[in-house]
This record gives sequence, structure tokens and C-alpha cells, in this order.
Amino acid sequence: MDLVAGFFRDLNATTGWNFSIFHDPFDMRRFGSAFLVTVQLAVLSVVFSLVIGIAGAFAQSLRFAPLRWLVNGYIAFFRNTPPLVQMYFFFFALGSITPSVRDDIGMETPLVSNFTWALVALSFFAGAFNVEIFRSGIEAIPRSTIEAAESLGYSKARAYVHIVLPLAFRVCLPSLNNNLVNLIKTTTLAYAIGVPEMLYVANQIWSDTLNVVEMMNVLLILYIGLVSLLVFMMRRWEEAMRMPGYGS
Amino acid sequence: MRRPLADNAAFPVLLPPAARVARRLEEERRYALPVVRLDGRTMLVLAALLCLWAGVAEAQALASGQESVLATIFKWTPLISRGFALNVAISLIAMGLGTMLGLFLGLAQISLLPPVRAGSWALTQFFRNAPWLVLLFYCIFVLPFRVTVFGQTFDVPNWLRATIGLTLPVMANVSEIVRGAVQSIPRGQWEAAESLGYRRGQTLREIILPQCLKRMAPPWMNLYAILVMSTPLASVVGVEEAMTLTRGALNAERRGDLLIPMYGALLLAFFVYCWPIARATQALERRWQVTT
Repeated sequence: MDLVAGFFRDLNATTGWNFSIFHDPFDMRRFGSAFLVTVQLAVLSVVFSLVIGIAGAFAQSLRFAPLRWLVNGYIAFFRNTPPLVQMYFFFFALGSITPSVRDDIGMETPLVSNFTWALVALSFFAGAFNVEIFRSGIEAIPRSTIEAAESLGYSKARAYVHIVLPLAFRVCLPSLNNNLVNLIKTTTLAYAIGVPEMLYVANQIWSDTLNVVEMMNVLLILYIGLVSLLVFMMRRWEEAMRMPGYGS
Repeated sequence: MRRPLADNAAFPVLLPPAARVARRLEEERRYALPVVRLDGRTMLVLAALLCLWAGVAEAQALASGQESVLATIFKWTPLISRGFALNVAISLIAMGLGTMLGLFLGLAQISLLPPVRAGSWALTQFFRNAPWLVLLFYCIFVLPFRVTVFGQTFDVPNWLRATIGLTLPVMANVSEIVRGAVQSIPRGQWEAAESLGYRRGQTLREIILPQCLKRMAPPWMNLYAILVMSTPLASVVGVEEAMTLTRGALNAERRGDLLIPMYGALLLAFFVYCWPIARATQALERRWQVTT
């Protein structure tokens, strides 16, 4: 660790490239926690968006029409409006009507933190795409497969859980992969509502240390790294779950 | 988790629909973009919800003796429309520039020279996988705010630098669209052209690219819709577009009950602009569907 810090301190002294996050303990600490916030935001919103996707796809398969319209409206709304405006809408508009509490030192703090609002906004944004993705996967399962399951004594629900979902999931993994990559990129929008994620903290650091170009490069490389990691894991998973006889 | 099936055990029942879906998904993966789709009925449901919301806010405002919500929105409409025009301008310029650069980059990706191919591939992947907002910041801070060309000094306004920031991801995505479209043309066409004595450049210009145009149009329009919806990002770096002006109007009014209707109206503006594009994209997709 000292070796790395020493290297970057020398780099700063000799070339003026100031990567303060590697040799300044304060910057290192705050950037480290920002990295964790980004990862948390990404992981949690991936999980919630998957839940929303599955629930939405299930709701669309129901016979109760108003619920279907509601899900369609939700998808149309979130697919065709700017994610940043969605974020503001959640944080400022809905945030203004949720209650706030007084904390220990008497400050008004909203009950729902900006991290939570960012999480909600991102999950709903990515969830809208996930609903469509899961639905297309479920639609790919032919009726005859379900009938075959039923003739083997599966109940409707068990056929859904054991036959339809596992097959549908394999079919939609590639698109899911895309959407999750997109979601990781979208977590930067939390910057706009002051969530201390990587872009936000990088902004603070370059305001303090005036190392805009260095921080920009670090940011780009870290995001590319995160996305590559996700793509790598999803590819591995896709290969492990590959269905013989179709697809590439 | 390993699949409990032998490699040669096919799923004959799943094959036809799964192949269809797999083809569509393969396309989506190639373009690496969410696909914007819409239909008219859901539009009606949404409009009804917004009217309901505005109505409730209206009633509250009238009951408390304030200026009505609709009147306030109308008052700010001219200003915010000017901002929205800037959004549209940014999106058009970024799309134009991005398409030109992306065409070159995409053709470089199918070059016969390995270094050109690898370099353009890396560039495409880099800009495709970097967050749009980070690229925007990059251009705002790293590009010069004044340039001198032939002794003439020009100021580069903020919005122009933001536009360049949005051009980069558009370029990378167009590059992938081009590569995907060229690679989706069967190999036999290249071979047939070669046997007829066409050179590589000629084949590309006269046989491959004309067929690609049809395949590229729907994802290209989809990319434009996504770009339009990314233009509010410019507000984060201080460009006076619709989002910035809406926030300004809200700050000037200082009324909590306006938040939902005003942001709602802004969302609706984007929706109304992107909707015809999404519909046209779907129509083109259907009309130009390649049946194999």
C-alpha cells in the first residue's frame, strides 16, 4: 500500500499528475466509500429491478385487465421519459410529500433518504425494461411445453415455477445482460440528487484538489471495469445455463 | 449451476419460437441499447392519470386561494418550450455528428487490417460502456472553453461542449449498429460479388451498404429516442435546457403543490416528442423485417 502511495506521490512530484485518491488518506477514504456506494446502488437496484421485472411479467400474464393496463402504463412511462427527470420526479416531487422526522440534533431529515430515492428511481427505470424482457422470454415457451408438463401431472403454478421460468430465464439472459449494463451506467444519475456515489465524490475531490483530468480518467476506467466485470460474470452464467440445440 | 442435460438433447418443442426470440435478443445485444416501444392505449391511460393529478392539484390550489396550477404551467410554458428547443437542437447536432463519426468507426471495425479493427473495436467498447454523464463531465471540463482557429478566437459555449459529450456515446452506438448490420448480411453475398469481379470497396458500397440501410434505420431511430431522453443530463453541467428552466421556475414559484404537475408536464413533453419516433421505429421494424 505504501509502495502504491509512494509511486503516486512521486508521480505527482515529477509529472504533476495528481492522483490524490492513491496517496492522500482523506481522499482515499472518501473515494473508497463512494466506490462502495456505487456498488451498493448497482447491486441493490439490479436485485430490485429483477423483482419488479418478474412481478410485472407475472401481472401481465394475469386475466385481470386493469392490472395489465397499469403495468403497460408503467412500462410506457418509464421507457419513454428521461431517466434524469424520473430521478428528479421521485426525489423532489414525491420526496416533498413523504414525511420527515427530526433527528438527534434537531435537523429536519426526510424519512426517505436520497440514496433510497435513487434506488427506487433506478429500480423502477430498469424494472420497466426487465418486465418486457421477462415477458418475451415467457412468450417464447410454447403452449405445448406447458401442456406436456400438465399431462405429466404438474399443477399450473408448479409448471410455471419448474418449467416455464427456468426456460424463459435462459432465453432472456442476453437482453438482461444488456439492461443491467445500462443500469450500472445509469447509477451516475444519483449524482443529480446528491447521493455520494463515485461521480459526486470525484466532483468534490477535483474541486478541492484541482485534478479534474486525473479524476475523470479514474472514473472512466473504474466504470469500464465495473461494466466489464458484470459482462464477464453474465457471459459465464449464460454459458453455464446454455440450452443445447438453439442459440449461439 | 450446471444444466442437467446432455449436449445433444435438443428441445424440439421450444425451437421455433425460441429461435425467433433468440434472433431478436441477439439483435438487442448487438446494439446494446434498450428498445423504446409504445402503444396508443397506454398513452391514453397515462394522459388520464396526469389529468387526474393536475385536477387534484388544481382543486387544492383553488381551495387555498392561490394561482391555479394550470395557469402557472401556462405562464411558464413559453420559457420552458425555448429550453426544450435547445434539447431538440442538442439531440439533432449530437445525432448528426455521432452518426458521421460512427459510420467511419463502424466501417473501421470491419476493416481487413487487424490493428484498425482492434483499435476501432476498443474505442467503440470504451465509449459504449462509459456512463453518459461521465462523458458529459469529461467534455465540459476537458475541452477548451475558447479555441483559436486561423487567428480567430471563438468561445465554445457550454451547450456545445455538452453536445460533443453526447456525441461520443452516440458515435460508439452507431458504430455497433453499422458493424451489426454489415455482419448480418450473409457471407454468400460477399462471395457472389467477388466472383462477379467486384472489389471489396465496390462490394461494400454497391451491395452490402444499401441492404444495411434498411436494417440500420430502426435501431438508429431508437438510438435517437434514447439520445433525446439523455439531453436533460446537460442540466447537470449547467446548460439552460428544459430541465434547468423547469427547476428555475419551481424555485421562483416556491410552491410545493406545483412540483408534481410541473415535472409531470416536462415528462409529458419528452413523451410527446419521442412517441411518434417510437411508433415509426416499430412500424419500420415490422415492414422491413427480414424473414429467414
